[in-house]
Amino acid sequence: MAIRHPKDFFTGVMYAGVGAAALLLPRDYGFGTALRMGPAYFPGVVGGLLVLVGMIAMLRGCSARGDEITPFAWRELLRVLGGVVLFGLLLFAAGLIAAIVALVIVAALASRRFDWRWALPLALGLALFGALLFVQGLGVQMPLAGSWFGR
Amino acid sequence: MELLANLGLGLSVALSLDNLLYALAGAMLGTAIGVLPGLGPVATISILLPVTFGLPPVSALIMLSGIYYGAQYGGSTTAILVNLPGESSSVVTALDGYAMARQGQAGKALAAAAIASFMAGTIATLVIAMFGPPLAAVALKFGPAEYFSLMVLGLVASIVLAHGSLLHAFGMILFGLLLGIVGTDVNSGAERYTFGQPWLADGVGFVTLAMGLYGVGEIVRNMEHDDRREPMLKKVTGLMPTWADIKRILAPTLRGTALGSLLGILPGGGATLASFSAYALEKKVANSQVPFGQGAIEGVAGPEAANNAGAQTSFIPMLTLGIPSNPVMALMIGALIIHGIQPGPSVMTEQPALFWGIIASMWVGNLFLVVLNLPLVGLWVRMVTVPYHLLYPAILVFCAIGVYSVNNSVWDIYLMAGFGLLGYVFAKLDCEPAPMLLGFILGPMMEEFLRRALLLSKGDPGVFVTRPISAALLTLAVVLLLLVLSPALARRRAEAFQEEQ
Repeated sequence: MAIRHPKDFFTGVMYAGVGAAALLLPRDYGFGTALRMGPAYFPGVVGGLLVLVGMIAMLRGCSARGDEITPFAWRELLRVLGGVVLFGLLLFAAGLIAAIVALVIVAALASRRFDWRWALPLALGLALFGALLFVQGLGVQMPLAGSWFGR
Repeated sequence: MELLANLGLGLSVALSLDNLLYALAGAMLGTAIGVLPGLGPVATISILLPVTFGLPPVSALIMLSGIYYGAQYGGSTTAILVNLPGESSSVVTALDGYAMARQGQAGKALAAAAIASFMAGTIATLVIAMFGPPLAAVALKFGPAEYFSLMVLGLVASIVLAHGSLLHAFGMILFGLLLGIVGTDVNSGAERYTFGQPWLADGVGFVTLAMGLYGVGEIVRNMEHDDRREPMLKKVTGLMPTWADIKRILAPTLRGTALGSLLGILPGGGATLASFSAYALEKKVANSQVPFGQGAIEGVAGPEAANNAGAQTSFIPMLTLGIPSNPVMALMIGALIIHGIQPGPSVMTEQPALFWGIIASMWVGNLFLVVLNLPLVGLWVRMVTVPYHLLYPAILVFCAIGVYSVNNSVWDIYLMAGFGLLGYVFAKLDCEPAPMLLGFILGPMMEEFLRRALLLSKGDPGVFVTRPISAALLTLAVVLLLLVLSPALARRRAEAFQEEQ
């Protein structure tokens, strides 16, 4: 059997995988009975249904015809997600200002129009704005300068 | 005249100076962000949600509702001016609205959209005021079995009304249900799917999920086709509609309002289906001077009225039953819970000022949109042209700080990045994330009601069919499923969504 509808097929793979994980992970949670439902009862039923849906989608992916999945934009994806993760890593170590600057620069590198001439002012502007609005204005608990700066 | 007394109470709340300002701020912020490229109502509301944490509950909800219809309004504005609908419910507005703009009638199209939306909003507000209380009274008699069956019906309806494949919508709901289960089980205290991580013990936050899927994931998707948005006009004129125009849009507006009010109550993208069906309806019945697709004003007024009416009436199940009919309502429920209010039929009796205040503020917010947005259209035109590469880093900053501020947890930032990846994968696979958000909110509630119902019936699953209301709801769900699986209706459903292509 050949995969003729890749979108359907791989959606099916995803559903079946998530469903199987939901079924297999909570082995020690206790399934229980309908009267005294254990913690694994409801997710077990839902996970089972999801495996079923996934298998139907995989079968359909082999019979119906459909478009190819367009290639992933890895460059953009990794820089955008990397910027967000870096923000989290830097928030307490370097503080909010540095974290925002890092997030904006790394994320901006994903753009084909990247140029320090707009990226740097944007990063500094957003850092100032974020610090004023969220920390001063809304009182969100975040250090402006982090532990690296001896705070 | 209980209705008048209730609306009077609502108006007294909504017209207080503070709440007027919050409604105004919400409508303006919502429109401004809705006009910006690549941000729909769900992302807009989740980004601005943290801003409302410090407000009293009524003001927070008033502001969030203002943001919601503001964002929708902004979506229609970009649909008309640059042929880029901000969200799925304004896709059809772009068909004739953009055609009108190309013929130099952008002002007229914007005015038609605004007036139709306002009229629809006014009527839909009255619909909520009339049908909310009786529905809440019925819901107060609901036991766990009825609630469970109601949620089954809701999920089935949202599968039927979702666009795209039925199977995928079903899969996304199940996926969402499972995600909602993550965290500590309230009954046994067992931690489920937490992998021993303490930061997952409270489960996945809905803001984290919504921001990841609709904020971060959307950005990567938008960057793939980094197109430049050139508005074809710098100045919009002719915003004052003539008497003849108003007469032409009156009937389509009323038809759209009726259709939209009805479809908005149903779960699953009510506003989207409402605007598509209204367009299909206008195409059949309106006798327009201009062919549809080439600038028929009826094709702007009908769907705009329908999507606004649908957006308003989708508050009915949220306020009276505590059940979301679309992802935006799921966010509203989350906001209420953050403010310590459990949404459900008791909100109306226990917090009448909140309930009626929100309803009255809808009308106030719609009025603000008409009065302020038409004069401000020049500003919106300029915002439409903000280059995306300056915008998305800012969106990311707001998402990252916003998601952190919900629980003061850095883990939520990483989790949001993970859901961003998931959202991008969904986009690659053509999976619509909306049903997932519904499942996510309903998952824990469904499990709880299922457990309680079976505990009360001593484990007899017959309880769902022997209790009349529950049986009726389940029958309706089965009928709906059979209907949609029948070839005739499947064709009709495909027709309703076909304008998209």
